[in-house]
Amino acid sequence: MTVFLVIIVLALLAVTGWQISKIFELSKSPDADTSQVANNKDNENQGKLMMGFAVFLYLLMFYCFWTFTNVTLPDAASEHGGKYDNLMLISMLLIMFVQIVTQALLHYFAYKYRGEAGKKALFYADNDKLEFIWTIIPVITLAGLIIYGLFTWTDIMSVNEDEDPLVVELYAQQFSWTARYAGEDNTLGEANVRFIEGTNTLGVDKEDSYAQDDKVVRELHLPVNRPVLFKLRSQDVLHSAYFPHFRAQMNVVPGMITQFGFTPTVTTEEMRNNGDIVDKVERINDIRRENGDDSYEFDYFLLCNKICGQAHYNMQMKVIVESEADYEAWLAEQATFGESMSEE
Amino acid sequence: MSAVVNAPAHDHHEDHGHHHKQTFISKYIFSFDHKMVAKQFLITGLLMGIVGIGMSILFRIQLAWPEQSFAIFEALLGKWAPDGVMTPNIYLALVTIHGTIMVFFVLTAGLSGTFSNLLIPLQIGARDMASGFMNMLSYWLFFLACVIMLCSLFVEAGPASSGWTIYPPLSALPQAIGGSGMGMTLWLVSMALFIASQLLGGINYIVTVINLRTKGMSMTRLPLTIWAFFVTAILGLVSFPVLLSAALLLIMDRSFGTSFFLSDIFLDGEVLSHHGGSPVLFEHLFWFLGHPEVYIVILPALGITSEVVATNSRKPIFGYRAMIASILAIGFLSTIVWGHHMFVSGMNPFLGSVFTFTTLLIAIPSAVKAFNYITTLWKGNLQMNPGMLFSIGLVSTFITGGLTGIILGDSTLDINVHDTYFVVAHFHLVMGISALYGLFAGVYHWYPKMFGRMMNKNLGYIHFWVTAVGAYGVFFPMHFLGMAGLPRRYYTNTAFPYFDDLADINVIVTVCAIITALVQLVFIYNFFASMFYGKKATMNPWKSNTLEWTTPVEHIHGNWPGELPVVYRWAYDYSKTNSDGEYVITGQDYVPQNIPMQENEEDLHH
Ligand code: HEM
Ligand SMILES: [Cu+2]
Ligand SMILES: [Cu+2]
Repeated sequence: MTVFLVIIVLALLAVTGWQISKIFELSKSPDADTSQVANNKDNENQGKLMMGFAVFLYLLMFYCFWTFTNVTLPDAASEHGGKYDNLMLISMLLIMFVQIVTQALLHYFAYKYRGEAGKKALFYADNDKLEFIWTIIPVITLAGLIIYGLFTWTDIMSVNEDEDPLVVELYAQQFSWTARYAGEDNTLGEANVRFIEGTNTLGVDKEDSYAQDDKVVRELHLPVNRPVLFKLRSQDVLHSAYFPHFRAQMNVVPGMITQFGFTPTVTTEEMRNNGDIVDKVERINDIRRENGDDSYEFDYFLLCNKICGQAHYNMQMKVIVESEADYEAWLAEQATFGESMSEE
Repeated sequence: MSAVVNAPAHDHHEDHGHHHKQTFISKYIFSFDHKMVAKQFLITGLLMGIVGIGMSILFRIQLAWPEQSFAIFEALLGKWAPDGVMTPNIYLALVTIHGTIMVFFVLTAGLSGTFSNLLIPLQIGARDMASGFMNMLSYWLFFLACVIMLCSLFVEAGPASSGWTIYPPLSALPQAIGGSGMGMTLWLVSMALFIASQLLGGINYIVTVINLRTKGMSMTRLPLTIWAFFVTAILGLVSFPVLLSAALLLIMDRSFGTSFFLSDIFLDGEVLSHHGGSPVLFEHLFWFLGHPEVYIVILPALGITSEVVATNSRKPIFGYRAMIASILAIGFLSTIVWGHHMFVSGMNPFLGSVFTFTTLLIAIPSAVKAFNYITTLWKGNLQMNPGMLFSIGLVSTFITGGLTGIILGDSTLDINVHDTYFVVAHFHLVMGISALYGLFAGVYHWYPKMFGRMMNKNLGYIHFWVTAVGAYGVFFPMHFLGMAGLPRRYYTNTAFPYFDDLADINVIVTVCAIITALVQLVFIYNFFASMFYGKKATMNPWKSNTLEWTTPVEHIHGNWPGELPVVYRWAYDYSKTNSDGEYVITGQDYVPQNIPMQENEEDLHH
């Protein structure tokens, strides 16, 4: 309710401002300039405001980077993520540099050359050299970025079969995720929505011998430092498998199997002790205590990042990265597809 | 047909007698006159804008104070907000319709519909559009599209809710989301009409620019506004039909059981018969329009800015030919970058590389334009009229938003920010806010031409400064939400405790959004009040060079009472001096296009 009051107050403030300006206008002396074209005084004031605005913009940017950087994602928890973060950092520095220079020039010129009756502007229509320079500089910088980016991209997107990645299917439906491990043979059994029946909710082909050792689970466990290859399948609409901490994302498309591979390098336990995460969790728990929610412990998660229906906002799965031994132990406890089908 | 409409205009102005008796209907409603059609587009666009921005305020309130009860929700959303708490479905519907309205109805039709119609004939020296009839038809199809879109808000199962990109299968299957029933059907019908309206308008703009330029108005003497509208119209003609075909195929999938976009679907306990289609195909078709569309939105705004900045700087636009080259390059490149919306769609990663390349290429002409605007200000004599402020604001937001495009256009970096709030921040700055500033700049600048009166400048200043501060306050912090990994189109982030510490940012963003939206009321007031109480405009209030300012303040059919003006120079002879340092025309720092070359004037440009 306080919230609502705040809004009303703000609304009233705005209306007041508007009314004041109207009164201000009505009360202007009759000999004031009423042409509604900017005069010397306007140019003077607005030019200065431009400079003021530049100051505002720089303060805003500074404030945002200063106070909001701590909400952004921690260092990547995957092998390619390091390269991603690096490229991001370089691009960010570059664009912030350009931003700072160009906004300064724009607003400074707006202030410096604010008009004055009788002043002469410079007739300056062209300068081939100047234009060449500022065409060629972006060309060179962008070429650098493109080349760096494309190498990284190819690297990330090409799956190296020699590394013998762990194959896991992520199965999306409104509004949940299921994972299917490929089992001993590391090969997923065939599947199609037309096989969905009873407890076989993923539509795995019961006849397929590769399917028998598959393991269907609701929580994703990954061994640290081992490449994983996700095969993505959806039973209804588009979804997107997004692992923000691992810098990984791929859409899940009904009718086709898409894939994305990465190697997790930081276990859940290690991430919980990461300085940034410790701070973040502390802040979150302060907020939660205030709101009377139970306390929170960090876990990786997979979330849906393609609008998929009414509960799109809550389509998630817990992800646990652990040692190879812990992972094997956990996996051994899970029933195989063959077992769970024969139970029926 | 064009000749039929144009010729009479010629004739009956010779005798200075009065035009045929115009009835109320033929003058204000089914008008053929481009100036009236422009006003119709503008006012309809503004009204749609009020609806669209109002919606964004509603869902921003939900994001800042999730799942709380608000009387305003109960009042406006009715059954969609039981006890005043917004439901997830209506959240998605609001986002969808907000996006659709802002992109198509406000910034495509409202912006280029208004100014192409108003300025093309006036600035090239033509009596009207090539076909006044098609022009009228274009407006009324647009109007119908608006009405249908608004009606769709009231259907039983809710309006379209699958995002403005309407990706199937979500948009194809009412079982998947309520809004994909009747709501989606109406959305598609409305958009089909909208596309027809755009095509009629576009053909008209192109033909008019090519055929009806007055004597002396060569292509390289055209004001940059016209170049921008011209290329925009071509882009629309190339890309809108593709959206239409996507929509038609979607309609077939929805209603006639075809499988263009659908395959292997299990919903509500049954397998659907669709087989063999691909949603990725739809994405290709959609973005083949979708990306040019963002340039359809921004190019006219940039054209308007070029004109307004040059006039108010009292200087020629810097690098006129480079500006034309940039517009052409942007126009061409914008048709081959659509894949940057699909890096993680499941398409072949090699294609991703190609689209990264073309996308970063398009940054070059965009950068050139930004630099040229900044140089135009340099050593100018800047007249800080409201239109000028909005133009400078546009350059600022265009740079800020454009720079983050370098991150999104890089396939690698897009992996982790795709579909997050980083994208929302990016496109609102570079397309939404920039184009809106272009629209405002245009309205303040050409209001005297449209309504024969001046808008109040002080209200204009208030409008600009609050909007400028507010818009950055909304969209700059939003980047950080994206970098925290927060997806867009989430009804609430409370399902993830991990995002709890974003609550503060969300509140800041919403408060700024509310303030910004409220200050638009100042503009609306100024706009409508000035029609009646504004100061009467003079013929050329901004001392501008272009031909529209040589027409009388009172609108007449056919634009110029006598002969059409003849053009002797380009549009940018501001502050041009002779070798002795005196202005070309003594005591006047501008030389309109219809003034012949003066004695001992140097021919610097065409
Ligand atoms: C006060 C002004 C505005 C505010 C506060 C605002 C806010 C937002 C927000 C927060 C979203 C994302 C919602 C979500 O993903 O859950 C959104 C979506 C969108 N907005 Fe705006 N917006 C404003 C003006 C505009 C303008 C001027 C445009 C014109 C281009 C625009 C176009 C869009 C589009 C295309 C979407 C995407 C819709 C979708 O996801 O389907 N908005 N807006
Ligand atoms: Cu989903
Ligand atoms: Cu694009």
